[in-house]
Amino acid sequence: MAEPTTTRVPFWRDVRVLTILTQVIFVVVVALVAGFLYANVSTTMRQRGLVSDLRFLDLEAGFEIGEAMIPYAATDTYGRALLAGFSNTLLVSVVGIILSTILGVVVGVARLSPNWLLSQLAAIYIELIRNTPLLVQLFFIYFGVFVTLPSVGQSIEFQGIIFANQRGLFLPRPAPTETFATWAWFILGAIVLALALFYFSTRVKTRYLGWVALLALILLPVLGWFIAGAPLSFEIPVRERFNFKGGMNLSPEFSALLTGLVLYTAGFIAEVVRAGILAVRRGQVEAAYSLGLNAGQVLRMIIFPQALRVIIPPLTSQYLNLAKNSSLAIAIGFPDLFSVATTSANQTGQPVPVYLLVMATYLAMSLFTSLLMNIYNRSVQVLEK
Amino acid sequence: MKKLVLVSMFVLVALIVVACSAPAPAPSAPQVVKETVVVKETVIVQPTAAAKAPEPTKPAVAAPTAAPAPVALGARFTAIKSRGKVICGSNDQVPGFGFLDKATGQFTGFDVDFCKALAVAVFGDAKAIEFRPVNAAQRGPALQTGEIDVLARNTTWTVSRDATWGLFVGVNFYDGQGMMVDGKKYPTVKTLKDLKDASVCVQTGTTTELNLSDRFREEGVTFKPVVFDTADATFAAYQGGRCDAVTTDISGLVARRSLLNVPADHKILDVVMSKEPLGPAVPLGDASWYNVAKWTLFALINAEELGVDSKNVDQMLTSKNPDVQRLLGVTGDLHTGLGLSKDWVVKVIKAVGNYGEIYDRNLGPNTPLKMDRGINKLWSKGGIMYAPPFR
Ligand SMILES: N[C@@H](CCC(=O)N[C@@H](CS)C(=O)NCC(=O)O)C(=O)O
Repeated sequence: MAEPTTTRVPFWRDVRVLTILTQVIFVVVVALVAGFLYANVSTTMRQRGLVSDLRFLDLEAGFEIGEAMIPYAATDTYGRALLAGFSNTLLVSVVGIILSTILGVVVGVARLSPNWLLSQLAAIYIELIRNTPLLVQLFFIYFGVFVTLPSVGQSIEFQGIIFANQRGLFLPRPAPTETFATWAWFILGAIVLALALFYFSTRVKTRYLGWVALLALILLPVLGWFIAGAPLSFEIPVRERFNFKGGMNLSPEFSALLTGLVLYTAGFIAEVVRAGILAVRRGQVEAAYSLGLNAGQVLRMIIFPQALRVIIPPLTSQYLNLAKNSSLAIAIGFPDLFSVATTSANQTGQPVPVYLLVMATYLAMSLFTSLLMNIYNRSVQVLEK
Repeated sequence: MKKLVLVSMFVLVALIVVACSAPAPAPSAPQVVKETVVVKETVIVQPTAAAKAPEPTKPAVAAPTAAPAPVALGARFTAIKSRGKVICGSNDQVPGFGFLDKATGQFTGFDVDFCKALAVAVFGDAKAIEFRPVNAAQRGPALQTGEIDVLARNTTWTVSRDATWGLFVGVNFYDGQGMMVDGKKYPTVKTLKDLKDASVCVQTGTTTELNLSDRFREEGVTFKPVVFDTADATFAAYQGGRCDAVTTDISGLVARRSLLNVPADHKILDVVMSKEPLGPAVPLGDASWYNVAKWTLFALINAEELGVDSKNVDQMLTSKNPDVQRLLGVTGDLHTGLGLSKDWVVKVIKAVGNYGEIYDRNLGPNTPLKMDRGINKLWSKGGIMYAPPFR
């Protein structure tokens, strides 16, 4: 048709132009969609008389919260109430992540154990947990286990200082006395000494020095305890008409949520761990055994360091899932962020800003977790030669 | 990292918008924006003058029924008529008020009957309803988004709900908040003060959560709330002994007590913690629909006052009482102002009975709840139940 008079590529087939163009088109499309959505939200909200600002955060919340990590009273603001809820979410997430990691690794390794019974038990656990809904498990754990514990009157009791009943676990609460400062110095000293010893032990490669470090860490504070003379006093929970008062209380709601989240997530982590271990080449293990390492050493020194590289990315997802799943708390009465937000949204009549805030919080929490895990992941990857 | 945050924010916004905009009634979507504002104003300025002065809303789009309707129907009422059924946000967990009968799969109850009355008023058919069970926390957003045409579900009329949820059409049950304890376990508990440091089960999304804090604060005693999102979970925890007491509307306590293992063991304290005027509500934005819901409720109450019930309604058509004649559409044309058929009240009373019959059928002495009418008796019988007249 046309004679090839010029060697110039037409701009619509120029790769350089095209890459820029597609970027521009992409940005425009995204902006248009976002703009449309924003306009839609704002008109819909205006039309329905919904406010979209966060002024409600400074109003008095008026409702009580059953338990929180920060001091909170009904006369505090909605902002404070949400913060109290968030503190509960954070607590259950952090403790849950730690415990589910431990349990998950144990079950994952057990699943691969040459011991038939052990590996079958692990398999049953994993399949049972992974194939039933978490909400159902939570209901079962809460209503079926924790609420059916003995009543306050029939508490299970240990030495008259620890009590367990359907209202939770009640423990003595330590409170510092005036000699606490003295004792604190002993603890500080113990930590510094232990760290120094440990550092030294890695240098000179004497294994026993590590144990000495541990011993110092334990013995010095014990010694300090007696020298300082009772640096802590304990507030023992006492039974009143309805409940135990004083001491520390682990509520059944928290316990059930934590148990549920840990059991559930550990099932998934176990599979992640198993996949990671199986990803380590067989030759590595055989070589290690032929060098005379025992099973524990092979696991610790050969398999885990290499498996970790495969494990961490999916493990991060599980951590994020755990944190987000904690929002099921409201079903079993635990006042987490979502539960408090539900009450706030209802009382203020402004669900959109409230839930936007909640979403942003979960998002920030997830991004922060990812960030930490990515940093850790990078440090693990460096080991690779 | 920055990119990730940006993208996540977009996704977030997208999600919210989808969630907010999806349930808007499709047929009226294009006109909603301009129209709502107009109608809203009309509601406030001239709520009863609708018949005389048709509002400057758009004319009815779909030719609704055979009956000519000179009143300008709003978007929602038009949408309901063309849809052929009323979407009713109801309760499925409170026997006597709104309950899903597990055996028959039918919704039953006092509030459910109001929905039926509404369906009969519009369509002449008590089955022209779609029930949407909404729990306490879901009902506000369901009204705000207009996902439901009416919320009839033991809901307290408050200023903030009128301002943000929708419009309450009236009161169908005057109630107050109560407190229930296991009388066998705690025979001496009589007042809120006696409940110092007790654990109290309560449901989120209700007025009762705030009242609970308020009253205990007023009494100067501390307590521990345990908050659930459904009535089933709240009362399961109470039954299991997790809480010493449970609080909600007194009617709700009576209703839920009937589901406990040994109902007789549980006593409702002789304290009224708040005013809980319960009533149906409709979404903002359609004065004509608001009027229909309002006058359906008033028709039920007026019928009882005038002695019209489901058995005698046909005879009543020949009544000499002008009030009865107007109510039943024998004389006058009150129905045209509502956009309903001439005999709509006759059909409603025939199908569901008058207010008193609905009360007795669901809550009265021959039901398991055996709730005394109390202040819900008609004003002419010593109560405070009172409806504006049909004229
Ligand atoms: N009248 C109060 C409380 C009404 C209420 O939600 N009561 C509870 C307890 S009886 C209920 O109906 N729960 C059933 C559910 O949410 O599914 C209000 O409007 O906030």
